[in-house]
Order: sequence, then C-alpha cells, then structure tokens
Amino acid sequence: MRALVAMSGGVDSSVAAALMLEAGYDVIGVTLKQWEGADGAMPTAGCCTVGDAEDARRVAAQLDVPYYVLDYVAEFTAAVVDPFGAEYLAGRTPNPCIECNRKVRFTALLERTEALGCDVLVTGHHARTRHDGDGWHLLSAIDRAKDQSYVLHMLTQEQLSSIELPVGEMTKESVRGRAEELGLRTAHKPDSQDLCFVGRGDYREFLRRRFPETAAPGDIVDTKGVVVGTHDGTAGFTIGQRKGIGVALGDPRYVVDIEPLTRRVVIGPKEELAVDECRVDDVSFVAGAEPTDPTVDVKVRYRARPVPANIERDGSSWIVRFATPQNGVAPGQAAVFYRGEEVLGGGTIAAAASMPIGARGG
Amino acid sequence: MIYLDHAATTPMRPDAVAAMEPFLRATFGNPSGVHGISRDAKNALEAAREEAATLIGASRPLEIVFTGGGTEADNLAVVGAALSSARGGVVTAAVEHAAVLESARFVGRMGRDVSFIGVDGHGRLDPVEVADAVGEDTAVVSIMAANNETGVRQPVTKIAAAARSVAPQVVVHTDAVQAFISEPITVAATGADLISLAAHKFGGPKGVGILYVRDGVELEAVIHGGGQELGRRSGTHNVAGVVGMVAAMRGAVAERQTFHDRVGAIRDGFEEDLRSGIPDLEINAPVDDRLVQHAHVRIPGMDAETLLVRLDQAGVAGAAGSACHSGAIEVSHVLTAMGMSGVAAAECVRFSFGWSSTPDEAAEAARLVVEVVGTLR
Repeated sequence: MRALVAMSGGVDSSVAAALMLEAGYDVIGVTLKQWEGADGAMPTAGCCTVGDAEDARRVAAQLDVPYYVLDYVAEFTAAVVDPFGAEYLAGRTPNPCIECNRKVRFTALLERTEALGCDVLVTGHHARTRHDGDGWHLLSAIDRAKDQSYVLHMLTQEQLSSIELPVGEMTKESVRGRAEELGLRTAHKPDSQDLCFVGRGDYREFLRRRFPETAAPGDIVDTKGVVVGTHDGTAGFTIGQRKGIGVALGDPRYVVDIEPLTRRVVIGPKEELAVDECRVDDVSFVAGAEPTDPTVDVKVRYRARPVPANIERDGSSWIVRFATPQNGVAPGQAAVFYRGEEVLGGGTIAAAASMPIGARGG
Repeated sequence: MIYLDHAATTPMRPDAVAAMEPFLRATFGNPSGVHGISRDAKNALEAAREEAATLIGASRPLEIVFTGGGTEADNLAVVGAALSSARGGVVTAAVEHAAVLESARFVGRMGRDVSFIGVDGHGRLDPVEVADAVGEDTAVVSIMAANNETGVRQPVTKIAAAARSVAPQVVVHTDAVQAFISEPITVAATGADLISLAAHKFGGPKGVGILYVRDGVELEAVIHGGGQELGRRSGTHNVAGVVGMVAAMRGAVAERQTFHDRVGAIRDGFEEDLRSGIPDLEINAPVDDRLVQHAHVRIPGMDAETLLVRLDQAGVAGAAGSACHSGAIEVSHVLTAMGMSGVAAAECVRFSFGWSSTPDEAAEAARLVVEVVGTLR
C-alpha cells in the first residue's frame, strides 16, 4: 500500500508521514504550491512558503521518501482566493481553509491520489476517522484544543474511505514528542496562524491589493441608523467584532451587521449581537443521510465551543435554533453539527436573526 | 534510475573530473598573485583560455571570458552590451531562456527599448521579423542557437546577417548553452559577436561558463570587483572549474560527430518506441530541425506533472517546463509562445539524452513510459 502524504512543512504532517511509514506504507510526500507572488515564486512569509516547502522536503529526505511540489495555484485561486474576496464584498466572513479542504485538498488532490499511484491520502489534520457497520464517521481530535474537525465537516463517505488522519489520534504534545524522538527538524516549529496566501501581513491589506473594491469607504451607524463614524472598507469587519472598530461610545460596542449594498457597518451593545437562530446553506452530512434526531451541538466558528441547538430542513437550507441566544454568528462562517465527539455535517451560515427567520418575511 | 534529463544537466565526463583534481588539491593558488603557487594556477587558467578559444574558433584567447555559468554569461551579454551605450535596447525572442528574457526585462526597466519576437508553431523565428524590430537604438540582438526545452534550432546565422543589414552597429548574441554538445558551435558558424556556454551541459562542472566576446565589442560589467577577466567579470577565478570545463569541451568537440550520430539514433529509437505504444503522441518540434538529444512530446490528456511523478516512481527521470523555487513545475513560456494552450502545454514532457545514454536504457525507458501512460489512461 502506498500513501500520498500532504506535507505542509509543519510538525503534524511530518509526523503523519513518519507514522504511515511505521504502519508499513510506502510513502510519497507532496507539498501543494497554492499561491505565488507576482514573480511566480512561493510566498516567503506566512504559511506555505518556500521555507515551509523546504522543511517538508528535508523531512521527506530524512524519512527517505520521494517528495514533490505539485502546482495547484490555478485550482486554489479559483476555489479559495477569488471567493474569499467575493465573500467579503458581500458582507460575509469567509473561512478559506474550509473551501481549500472542500475543493483543493479533498477533491482535486484526492482525485489525483490514484493517478499518482497511491491508495490513500494522508494529511496532518487533527481529527479522527472511524469505520463501523454504519459506514465512515468523522470524529473530533483527541486533543480538543487542536481539533480541526470543524474545517473537515464537508467530507463524504467516499472521501473518508480514502483518507487517513493519523495525528488526530494524538495530543499535540505527543506529536511534538514523536517528532523529537525521530529527530525531525519540524519538532519545535510553531503552529501556523496566518492564512497561507495572505502571508505575514494583515488579510485586509491583502484584500485591498487584490480586491480594491473591498476598500471602499462607508459609514458606521448605530442600530437606529445614526452615523457614528466612518470606515475604509466593510472587509475590515466581522459580526461580533469589538476591537478595532474605531468608534468610542463609552460602552463596549460590537459589529452586529454588515450591509454590503450601502456599505454600512452597524454597531450596537452586546445584547444586539445575540441571535436565536441562523440559516445554513450548502449543508452536507457525513453519513450521507439527514439525521433523524434534530438535537445537535453546533459550532459557529473555528474557535467556538459547540452549543446545543435544533436543526430543521427549510427548503434547500437548514435552520439552526440555538437553545440559548448566541453572539458572533457571522454569515460566511461554517455551522458544524456535532453529536458528542462525532461530526454529523454542516454548511455555510447564510443569515442570522434574533427572531424567527420565517417571521422576518424573508 | 534511467536518466533522461541530460538537458537539465549531464554527468561529468571522467576526463573532466580527472583534470580538475590537481586544482582542488596541490595547485590551489589564486591566479592573481606573484608567487609560484599562483603562477601555476594562472598558467593553467590561460592554457585553458587558449584551448577554449581554439575550440570555438575565436581569433584571440582574450575573447574568452570565464563566467560563473550560462546564466551569468547571458546576463553579461545582454545587459552588458545594452548598457555599454547610452540608449541601447534589446531585440530578443519570446522563447529564450529566462536568463536572457529576464536580463532583457531588466534592461527594459532601465528605460531602454526591448522587443520580444514571436515564433511559429514549431518555435522558430523568422529572420525578417527579427530584422524588422531592429533599429538604430538597438544595441544587442540575442537569439538562442537551440531551445533548451524543445530543442528546436534557430537560424542564428541568417538572423545575424539580417540584423546587421538593418543596423551595422548591432551586437549579435547567441545563447548556445543547450546546443554546444551536439551542434558545430563556432564563431564562424554562428556569425555571433557574443556566445554563451555552460560547462555542465557538456560534461563539465556546474557553476562555470564562457562568454565569447568578439574583439572590439564593448561590454559594461555586471559583476564588479577586482577587475579579473579584463574587468568584464570580477571575482577570484574558479580555476578547477575552468580547467574541468575546458577538458570537457575538448572531449565534447572531439566526439561531437559521434555524439550527434549515436545519441540521435538512440533518441530516434526512443521516439519510435513511444509512438508505437502511444499512437496519439505528438512531437513538439520539426523533426529535421532540432537538437538530436531532445525528445519533447505531448501526450494528449496526460497531465505532465502526474506522469513525471509516476515515471520517477518507475525509475525514469524526465522533465517538463521549468521548476520554480519550490520545485513545482511552471507552465512553459516557450510552449505558450508557440501558441499552445495552457492545457496542452501541461501535457508536454521532455526526455533528453546524453553521452552516457545507451540504446538499452532508452528502450527500457520507452517501455516504462508506455506502461505508465497505459496505467493512467
């Protein structure tokens, strides 16, 4: 059996490659070139840089496995970067890692795994897969603080049957411990924090350069519509944001709405932020079938805790009704449905409301 | 591993390795000195220069400038010739090696006129089109002897004559890095004023090359320092590299006709085997006007990146496009200039043969390519 290991140059995928070797697989390491500067080179700052590819290459050499850099710039630009700008222009807060996993890693690369002579695609994600009589299951990672199951919620039965996520079974500490035992140069490399295509800079600066229309100025208003300030682009704001609004009104103020057409950013006190429900589009379920029990836990941001909610189909969308009102439910982010440690599925938040969405008249 | 990437670099000739060894050990001197150890190095350097001059038909040894490789020779030729005059611009081809293209773009950023002439579907230039782009402000016309990707040859002699008929002052440069091992590259045969060579393409070491500079041609230096090579290329001489290069050059020139015939037959047999196993395979160069060591092919529907990974696994080393800093394969500007779509260009691979290639190896490689393509289809 031969494993294609997607190596980012970080410690998780380095150890994933080593674990597959130990499990008796032949291993091929690949780094996806997803983004490039104006000169066609890989970025030199942030994640997925030339330096990261070099780390991956050196780890592969140490493990004595073949290593290649594969060009996915066109796929990544179309599937991740261009929608990233379009989503911000539409007043939403996209999660590009999810789109990358959905369309690049677990579609384009997975489809190529067999062509590259491999039986299984391996990544360094912190999440777990299980197979039983009901089929494949996706579970959150052993290390809950590092859990990445949120960004993998779109995986299907077919995809799960041809991937392995070996480090999801380990704590981050033990991953680093293994890397150290193996003498891998990435053992103490810090976790990447930045978006790979933005680099070390601010994502707003990236948007301004690539999508200048996201830098169009507009008004900051309170919930009554009174102008309380101005901003230089709605892309600088996300629902629930408190810091960096640039308006001082005594009490803490939060971004409660972003209106793309008027380019208004609405701010209000924390109470205004709370929503009872949200509409979720493009929902998929890991099992393939919709769950019969509507009671789930929902995670609305990568770093949020799952909270109890009921889900209900509404046409092509699903409505999520939170057991208690939630803050910072931002359209564009994923709502991921859990039951215990299992990921049931999820989709993209289209709209949130503090009253029943149906009662708003659309 | 069957090595079919000789156009990227070819193994060193044993005679070149042997020639270098004394200069990596006892004769380690810096040729710019006043003592015996440096004199020995200097003597070797100048003997190598004289021999190189003879081998390419230069009229004087000092027409040979030793550089740090082919890219450096191209930079000195294009940038050096353009910047040696007040307004000098560049006329070159869209299919040149990046060393020439990027040098020309650099000259363009200095505010000079730069033209990139297009090619036909086979990648060939029309001398008339080149001459049409030449004007009184053109300092240098730079046209490669043969393309490094496809192997297609350019009519350099005709282009040189056509360019000079329009503008007698023009300096003609040819990048003969890829062609030298199999083509009769001499000053007379190319008609060029400047010729770039790289040692590692003809069995010498990496990191050393030659720019032939016709006596009287003025060049602005691009590497500044202690004034070695008559100020045209400063920096302590790579004596061992130069000696190894010229030893390889001697061998390559002596065996050139044999190489041409033997490697050409190996390449032809390889292509024949490929075509019988892959009937829709296309050869991306005019079969009668290309280097004998290149087989540049398109296999419709076959992603080159995937094919090369599979071939590496199967034990065949091929190439496609050019590798970027990270190692990913970039879409070839050469194929784009030939009018090929991005999709078709991404289906092209290059197999290139060299002095160490054998017919058996080529037959086995062809069998493996056909087998891998069959698996992928």
